[in-house]
Amino acid sequence: MSNMEKLRFYFEFPFVRYAFIVGILIALCSSLLGVTLVLKRFSFIGDGLSHVAFGAMSLSATLPVMIKKNALAWSGDEKLSPRMQSVVNWFGNLNDMYIVLPVTLICAILLLRTGQNTKIKGDAAVAMLSVCALAIGYLLMNRYPSRANISGDVCSTLFGSTSIITLKPEDVRLCIILSSVVLLTFILFYNKIFAVTFDENFIKAAGVKANAYNLLIAVITALIIVLAMNLVGSLLISALIIFPALSAMRVFKSFRAVIICSAAISVLCAAFGIIASILYSTPVGSTIVAADLAVFILFSIMSAFTRRVRK
Amino acid sequence: MSAQMICRNASLGYEDGIVAENLDFTINKGDYLCILGENGSGKSTLIKAILGLKQQISGEIEWCGDVKKNEVGYLPQQTVVQKDFPASVREIVRSGCLAKCGLRPFYSKEEKELAENTMKQLEIDKLAKRCYRELSGGQQQRVLLARALCATRKMLLLDEPVTGLDPKAQLELYKLIAKLNREGITIIMVSHDIFSAVKYASHILHIGGKKQLFFGKTQDYAKSSTGKLFIGTEMIENE
Repeated sequence: MSNMEKLRFYFEFPFVRYAFIVGILIALCSSLLGVTLVLKRFSFIGDGLSHVAFGAMSLSATLPVMIKKNALAWSGDEKLSPRMQSVVNWFGNLNDMYIVLPVTLICAILLLRTGQNTKIKGDAAVAMLSVCALAIGYLLMNRYPSRANISGDVCSTLFGSTSIITLKPEDVRLCIILSSVVLLTFILFYNKIFAVTFDENFIKAAGVKANAYNLLIAVITALIIVLAMNLVGSLLISALIIFPALSAMRVFKSFRAVIICSAAISVLCAAFGIIASILYSTPVGSTIVAADLAVFILFSIMSAFTRRVRK
Repeated sequence: MSAQMICRNASLGYEDGIVAENLDFTINKGDYLCILGENGSGKSTLIKAILGLKQQISGEIEWCGDVKKNEVGYLPQQTVVQKDFPASVREIVRSGCLAKCGLRPFYSKEEKELAENTMKQLEIDKLAKRCYRELSGGQQQRVLLARALCATRKMLLLDEPVTGLDPKAQLELYKLIAKLNREGITIIMVSHDIFSAVKYASHILHIGGKKQLFFGKTQDYAKSSTGKLFIGTEMIENE
């Protein structure tokens, strides 16, 4: 089978098409916000929040088991009461998103607030929260295993190796809605996001509510991270946020050009990564990140070259 | 002469203590006020109070005449973030119009024109497409000044604008500020540089040791005990 035929064969399957759509959307959204986050020295908020999302995801995966075990121990019966059973079932059927999204949002807002009052500095707060979430997530998964293969579960939440292939139409719909919200917010608030990123004090002095826009940035960052969990897993999200922005900043000189270039790089790398992962059966997340890294190296060489030519 | 800002017996500070108290001064339209003081004398807290970012503990700060609170154009000190920021000069100057936008997502035609005209006025229109991080220190300050002028044409607050510039760029910037002042813009400048303050400013506010040491016209400052003391020590140090 030639590569083209192989691709055509795979794209017959709806789940491959879903993965492609979701992958492109997430790459687009994360690269847009990445520029702002890198420039605001918030590169690690992506890392921290994604670990929080990992913790929340383990919580949501273990919640039915946890409730069941504790209810049994508490009542001392062999079987659950019908009402308890229905609660367990309800949690079992609940989409992970409904737990992961609110928890991550709250943490994003908390992180931003600690950034302003200086009792625990911003970077320390991010580091603290991210290790805590990782530890507690792993602890929960071990204490209340929902499936037999714990390390497999952990690996797939961390590296997103399988979940993108198991997307349901419902997930795809949610992803399309959320990424449209992110895109629209970004376009409508583009000028404000630029000003908040470049100089918060100036626009505060001019009477613009900079804190509200900072909050907005935190909220859409959390949205993107929760979305991206499915694609590359929580360890590689930072790469998706940071790499396209850094590559674009090497070469371009205006904010708008950097944003557009970073979006283009990210979408192309995601598309390339997904197709390559199908053709060579490699893990999706790491293939995309490898493509991003390659582009970054290419752009660095380019910028070094043009700088030398100008001199 | 009409007053634009009156500060009556104001005390500034944080929960854990007062930074400066009994501040009493008036800024009139067209003034060139220079605020002098060592590090830690409460200068930056005073800046925040003037900008409306921080509430005073007691006393009052009153805005009158044609200037309202939050209508001060601000030229902040450069932050680390800005040093390698990929943005064109035009983008930065335009962002000065942001407060005029309110919730409107994009700049109007008038606002874009205002940005272009301001760039021409400060002779940076040829740099419009250049990247901010590649400009010299003096050019960067002009860009930030243009941005502040897009926000307001009434009052400018400059926070140590010449720090880090070479002597020639310093002189050019001082001349530019003086020119803007002659065109009717009220200038408040925070500075370390006593000699330039005495040379260009019309009024001096000197704070130190949590108190207001002097406020008045520049001619009177040179004669006052505070003025004599500080100008004297500076000269000795310079020799």
